[in-house]
Amino acid sequence: MTTPPDTNRALDIAPVGARTHWEVGGPPVAGATEVRAPVGVLAYEPADMTITVGAGTTFDELDRVLAEQGQQCALDPRSRAATVGGILACGLSGPRRLRHGPVRDHVLEVRFETGDGRLVKGGGPTVKNVTGYDLPRLFVGSLGTIGVLHQATLRCRPRPVRSQWFTGVDTARAFRPAARLWDGRREAVLLEGVDVDVEAEGRGLAALAAPPRFPDGPHRGRISVAPGAVRACAAALTRTPSESASAPGEVRWCAELGVGTIHVAADDAAALARARSVAHAHGGWMLREAGGSAADDGYGCALPNAALMRRVKDAFDPAGKLNRGRLPLGAVHA
Amino acid sequence: MTDLRACVGEGRASDEPLELALYARDAGVAVGRADAVCFPGSGAEIAAAVRVARRHGRPFVARGSGTGLAGGSTPLGDPVVIVTTQMNRVLEVDAQTCVAWVEPGVLNLDLSREVAPLGLHYAPDPSSQQACTIGGNVGTNAGGPHCLSEGVTSAHILAVDVVLPDGTEARLGSLAPDAPGYDLRGCFVGSEGTMGIATRIAVRLTPDPPCVATILCAFDSVEAAAATVSGVIAAGVLPAALEMMDARITQAVEDFVGAGYPRDAQAVLLVEVDGLEGGVATQVDAISSVARTNGATLVRVAADDAERALLWKGRKSAFGAIARIAPDYYLHDAVVPRTKLVDVLRRVYEIADAHELIVMNVFHAGDGNLHPLLVFDRREPGIWDRVYAAGTEILDACLDAGGVLTGEHGVGIEKRDLMARMFSVDDLDAQARLRDAFDPDGAANPQKVLPSGSRCGELQRVPDGTWI
Repeated sequence: MTTPPDTNRALDIAPVGARTHWEVGGPPVAGATEVRAPVGVLAYEPADMTITVGAGTTFDELDRVLAEQGQQCALDPRSRAATVGGILACGLSGPRRLRHGPVRDHVLEVRFETGDGRLVKGGGPTVKNVTGYDLPRLFVGSLGTIGVLHQATLRCRPRPVRSQWFTGVDTARAFRPAARLWDGRREAVLLEGVDVDVEAEGRGLAALAAPPRFPDGPHRGRISVAPGAVRACAAALTRTPSESASAPGEVRWCAELGVGTIHVAADDAAALARARSVAHAHGGWMLREAGGSAADDGYGCALPNAALMRRVKDAFDPAGKLNRGRLPLGAVHA
Repeated sequence: MTDLRACVGEGRASDEPLELALYARDAGVAVGRADAVCFPGSGAEIAAAVRVARRHGRPFVARGSGTGLAGGSTPLGDPVVIVTTQMNRVLEVDAQTCVAWVEPGVLNLDLSREVAPLGLHYAPDPSSQQACTIGGNVGTNAGGPHCLSEGVTSAHILAVDVVLPDGTEARLGSLAPDAPGYDLRGCFVGSEGTMGIATRIAVRLTPDPPCVATILCAFDSVEAAAATVSGVIAAGVLPAALEMMDARITQAVEDFVGAGYPRDAQAVLLVEVDGLEGGVATQVDAISSVARTNGATLVRVAADDAERALLWKGRKSAFGAIARIAPDYYLHDAVVPRTKLVDVLRRVYEIADAHELIVMNVFHAGDGNLHPLLVFDRREPGIWDRVYAAGTEILDACLDAGGVLTGEHGVGIEKRDLMARMFSVDDLDAQARLRDAFDPDGAANPQKVLPSGSRCGELQRVPDGTWI
């Protein structure tokens, strides 16, 4: 899906990063004025383990700068071309959230422009801070609907000496692994640490030459279920043979064990819609990430606390200028 | 009172002067006035109590054990005080997915004790963990020594069932990752009771580490200890906890509990690393090496669990030990970048000297989270003015160094009027609008967190007695 060229300088505003998450939450309305955030590292003090970057900075650049000092920020977007602003706005965490926490736990301070044109700072630059309300967490996952991010201060961590994926039957016994994945055929576990620990924990498992890949295809989504339901939900995505004659196309999936996220991909929109109904049957929902149809926008369930969320939206964007058409408020794209 | 008794039961609501006086303050210095106090036994009773308060035009204030130090649960505006301590059950524990549902009045340490047989614990561990409630921890987004590697409360809260300020009930967050829409859970945690009351909390439990090492380091100067803290972080080591105590507090603790700290040290560091054996050994070596490079006079790894427990008992008894020095203390809470610790600590001592006050430092050094303690005797004439002036100067010094006003205690009433030192008019206005989205009438814990006048040009519509 593409956004028509900006011809009429409409009131609508759509922040743009690298467009790697562009279809998440539905495209902004046609004619929205696209705005871009500053690019580059603004401050980096390795001994504080904090970095401040312009929101337009790509994850690739961020990771390269941190790696030079033996540090990392485990935002782990699907594409390294994604910008920090896009990652925060979408709030979609990578598989290492199992050990390193979700995107929202890496953000210390945000500076964004509200819908009524005020530059607002929330949070603070230190690794610990409870001064005032937690605007950084409110911003993460808000899909650009409460403000246009200018810059963010992120918490960094030491980069592990060794990082190795393994596969085997007993990936559950590893102590707090960085990630655990299951695609229906095999389980994979990412072990991080010093060599001796990774080797000891990996004993009895087989090292993988390359990390597992998430399924890809023209139609993609991300299912969320309670971690206790993830195996049952994922298994239900696999068609049984009796269904295969009449059921729509195959759903390819990879589940994050211990987290509750299942990445799904399909070659046709109907299969994605089926994945969503499976998610519902297991008490969860599916966020469309790419492809699908307009009917697949939203979470496919009533938005919880919608009235309260509407008041939050109005508090930051009273005229409704920002990313009209995108989630989270519209349950269905209109 | 009749309406309140009808919803929480006879004997669970009171307006007796003695009871009201008990709930007129928390562990901070501000004293307020409660109009009534009640002790609901369920979420439904909390909701009913909130609705009664609202129907009678009263604000309400939620409160756990009252261990807060910033006056966050001090009743202002003649509110109904809703105490959650009767709701102290751990409702469900799922060891497979490491999640527990708890009532808000569960004590922090009780939760960890209850799940200990499963090899799990609740990671945030405020020094008051024997007394403070999980509900209160949610309110202040509480920290603790082990939050250095594990993060503060918000990182451990998956979902909260709440009574919103209009008396309706809602679930914020979810067990499934990333609840649809805005992260209202993230807004609620740390909102200090100004967005409603938690009635059920889903917490993330943390597996116990297979290997733990606790290191005691002693130094001839506070500067050397602070330089070691910065050096450890700069060396790429993130310990589980990294605490510092200066000479005065170390001696007080030794007199109090005999934890085995060296009495002649000018500063000691208590460093804990945990995880797998190899990683722990590597980190112990790295920390010991940085400490020795900075002139440590002692580097000792606790030999066994008993010695570890004793070292931690000393650290967590610090505030009790102060009673031996002077009858009163004023505890501050601010954070500075870890690279600024040496400079800021020097300023803290200078400021205390200039005001002829005794300052003691015991704090979460690894986070840069300072807790300067000004000890005094309130019977001394004019002492409060000096304590207050010194405290404000210390906070200014922290802000000047690129720090923040509070790291874990919260803003409450104590730091409310200092918020403008850290936030612009527009920043405060945005926060006020967020609060209004949850609580348009300002009924939940009024006059806290945000100073009056935070709303741009809207003062005329603020109800009397709440924000002005």
